[in-house]
Amino acid sequence: MPKDSGIGAASKRREDVRFLTGAGNYTDDINVYGQAYVYFLRSDVAHGRINSIDTSAASEMPGVVRVFTGDDFEGVGGLPCGWQVTDRFGQPMQEPGHPVLARGKVRHVGDPIAAVVADTLQQARDAAEAIELDIEELPAVVDMKAALNEGAAKVHDELPSNLCYDWGFVEDNKAAVDEAIKNAAHVTTLELINNRLVANPMEPRVAVGDYNRANDESTLYTTSQNPHVIRLLMGAFVLGIPEHKLRVVAPDVGGGFGTKIFHYAEEAFVTFASRKLNRAVKWTASRSEAFMSDAHGRDHVTKIELALDADNNFTAIRTETYANMGAYLSTFAPSVPTWLHGTLMAGNYKTPLIYVNVKAVFTNTVPVDAYRGAGRPEATYQLERVVDKAARELGVDPIALRRQNFISEFPYATPVAVEYDTGNYFATMDKLEEIADLAGFDARRKESEAKGMLRGLGINCYIEACGIAPSNLVGQLGARAGLYDAATVRVNATGSISVMVGAHSHGQGHETAFPQVVADMLGIDESMIEIVHGDSSKIPFGMGTYGSRSLAVCGSAMVRATEKIIKKAKKIASHLLEASEGDIELKDGKFSVAGTDKSVAWGDVTLAAYVPHNYPLEDIEPGLEETAFYDPSNFTYPSGAYCCEVELDPETGKVTIERFAAADDFGNVVNPMIVEGQVHGGIGQGIGQALLENCVYDSEGQLLSASYMDYAMPRAEDVPFYVVDHSCATPCTHNPLGVKGCGEAGAIGSPPAVVNAVIDAIQSGGKNVLHIDMPLSPQRVWAAMQD
Amino acid sequence: MAKVSMTVNGRAVSGDVAGNRLLVEFLREDLRMTGTHVGCDTSQCGACVVHVNGKAVKSCTMLAHEAEGATITTIEGIASPDGTMSRVQQAFQDHHGLQCGFCTPGMVMTATKLLEQNPTPTEAEVRHALEGNICRCTGYHNIVKAILAASGQDVSKIAAE
Repeated sequence: MPKDSGIGAASKRREDVRFLTGAGNYTDDINVYGQAYVYFLRSDVAHGRINSIDTSAASEMPGVVRVFTGDDFEGVGGLPCGWQVTDRFGQPMQEPGHPVLARGKVRHVGDPIAAVVADTLQQARDAAEAIELDIEELPAVVDMKAALNEGAAKVHDELPSNLCYDWGFVEDNKAAVDEAIKNAAHVTTLELINNRLVANPMEPRVAVGDYNRANDESTLYTTSQNPHVIRLLMGAFVLGIPEHKLRVVAPDVGGGFGTKIFHYAEEAFVTFASRKLNRAVKWTASRSEAFMSDAHGRDHVTKIELALDADNNFTAIRTETYANMGAYLSTFAPSVPTWLHGTLMAGNYKTPLIYVNVKAVFTNTVPVDAYRGAGRPEATYQLERVVDKAARELGVDPIALRRQNFISEFPYATPVAVEYDTGNYFATMDKLEEIADLAGFDARRKESEAKGMLRGLGINCYIEACGIAPSNLVGQLGARAGLYDAATVRVNATGSISVMVGAHSHGQGHETAFPQVVADMLGIDESMIEIVHGDSSKIPFGMGTYGSRSLAVCGSAMVRATEKIIKKAKKIASHLLEASEGDIELKDGKFSVAGTDKSVAWGDVTLAAYVPHNYPLEDIEPGLEETAFYDPSNFTYPSGAYCCEVELDPETGKVTIERFAAADDFGNVVNPMIVEGQVHGGIGQGIGQALLENCVYDSEGQLLSASYMDYAMPRAEDVPFYVVDHSCATPCTHNPLGVKGCGEAGAIGSPPAVVNAVIDAIQSGGKNVLHIDMPLSPQRVWAAMQD
Repeated sequence: MAKVSMTVNGRAVSGDVAGNRLLVEFLREDLRMTGTHVGCDTSQCGACVVHVNGKAVKSCTMLAHEAEGATITTIEGIASPDGTMSRVQQAFQDHHGLQCGFCTPGMVMTATKLLEQNPTPTEAEVRHALEGNICRCTGYHNIVKAILAASGQDVSKIAAE
């Protein structure tokens, strides 16, 4: 029986009313009285030496307040990188500087060269055209392998090469892995590309810097997933503004998908310029600008080898990946191909020996960083593709081969340094077979074939790791930040509650789901609880929302803080009821003395806390407000099995997704409606990656896919209704809610299912095609079928 | 600069605009009606859809002066004056047809117009009608479902319920 409130209820989202009526408050909706506008003049070449920038004519243009160039940032810090990877040889990665505005060289199309601040945006844009640039174009490096060749042009002159790091994991396993592959009964090898993507939240990035000279305070309104992270990075490392003089507000944010985690030059610029000019400065990205300045995602080139013994047991995996960093290190870029990718290479399987090698490479392209899944989709894609190829080579059923190699006992320590606490991969596969109606596939294939179409079925599993932690471990791995989160539960005098959380909601529905947890714990109505997020001046120092961490980490902090509230409230109740504290029970919003009919209501206790007339002042303080910081002891490990069914037109190569099913294990679920919505969205993006989306540079580093005319976003007609299920729940063992995280699963689990299905369809037509790189456009599929 | 006058959500408004002022800029910046959003610069995403003289129009693709004398409805004008949401708006909430909310105004305006013109569309017709509206959050599942539900059709059989 579904619940109608509290944990497990499909409570309707309270935030929807403002979004549905045009009453949202997004960053571009914020206008500060007297604000100026900035337009960034960006490089139109991929690589060049800046000989001179003449801003004199531009500065005289109507409405221009001031034109800034890199020289104005003398003595100002560059944009910091938040993760230092140590390479195979024990050396730190190469870490070039990342200036706010280019100095000396431009290194990718879109690199900001100058910033024109004017009374109106149009005046700023017009004046930018009057800037005289003398930029000597240099050869660009775009292809990663070519970038590592002797004599290749260097993105950063001061570095020895374009290699950021050469990482081996686990390095001590390497010899044993090599040996196992040499001695294997069968080795399946697959070379593949995980295509470069652009996250494309529908709201382009916006930043408004506002400076108050009277009290020397700066406010930055920005489209961020983590306002406190931005405050720390920008305040401490770029501009030198102490936290108490810097407020960062991320109001309603129109989607993030990872690309709004990072600290960007435009945020630092508007804050810096507003202080210099004593005037608010606003920047709003156009979509074209977003394509050349938002951090991109994926872009791995991988060779994976899977070794099997004579009984088809997996014995070893060896991978070699080239990971594109772009021209500069974005905030968390180095961690994505390493700790967020290598640690997931065991997948759902008990492969005893694994070695992952990653070469991270600088190129003259936009920086690459986390995009929904961040490293885990790349791991899942190569693993689930190579397992499918192995099944085909060995002539065995791909589901049976997976089941045979599933991890079946938990906790399970993988050979890539992580320990899965729970899971049941057989259960999700069983559920998938049911909800995807695998039994009916043959009949559906015959129907398709009768129409002259091919039909394919693709299956895959995934494991993912959410809520990256604990902080002391990730610190050893190179993180330059803690990865806890925080919540303050402020109970008001009349019993309503404000919960200030470090997590940030930009579509995830925290304002609805988080109160369900607190309401459940206290036995009061959800409507009495309000979530406050997104403003560093209101919330405790939390790390924000990414990596499917909000409920597992920040939700746990909220539980801990609520537990403290309950403890104190029971003390107050015991005083009011003249009973022993140990005898007080809290149920349905009422404190009662066990075994008696004596009780006191929630509101009476909260009022006593703030009007402490009849109150144990000698024992406890007045008030009812508690904060908790929660640092998880491990990641959480959601898992699942996905199935895609496609129809392929052999005449044109066009693929249509006919059915898509997902069986996920997210542990406990607070709001199933929201969880299903997260899975739907992830699958939509995964189908986008598999069939449509591709960020393309030409050989000179020109970005060819810089608009929605060129970058194919999935639209309503490209996707079907999805069948999703999350009933196979093995609760997380180490957080108080038993939750795992659901935000990225769909994007991680879906691309291999689509590609496996298309390969299956082609094979059913008698063509021995074993791999096509994403996106599987009609042209690529058709061409592969002609060979 | 030239004076432009129109009726927006039943209210007569006017302003002095440059010849290249877009309708969406006039709405957002001059009238400070920020419910209508801008998500791209190539007339692809549909976050800016409003109704102009009864037609769904991308307001980023129309000049303000072209709307001289027009009757315009924006997302702010869809709910009843007492705040009661329209059946399309209510269906979007009931069926979780939005997440971040940024594309939502355009989706609601397009869906409202679709149902005026085709009161009981098929799933395929709904998906086709949304060809000019991009959503990055929902995978479209619950948007399509919400629109079908708003048309009075039974959506209980749709996958995942």
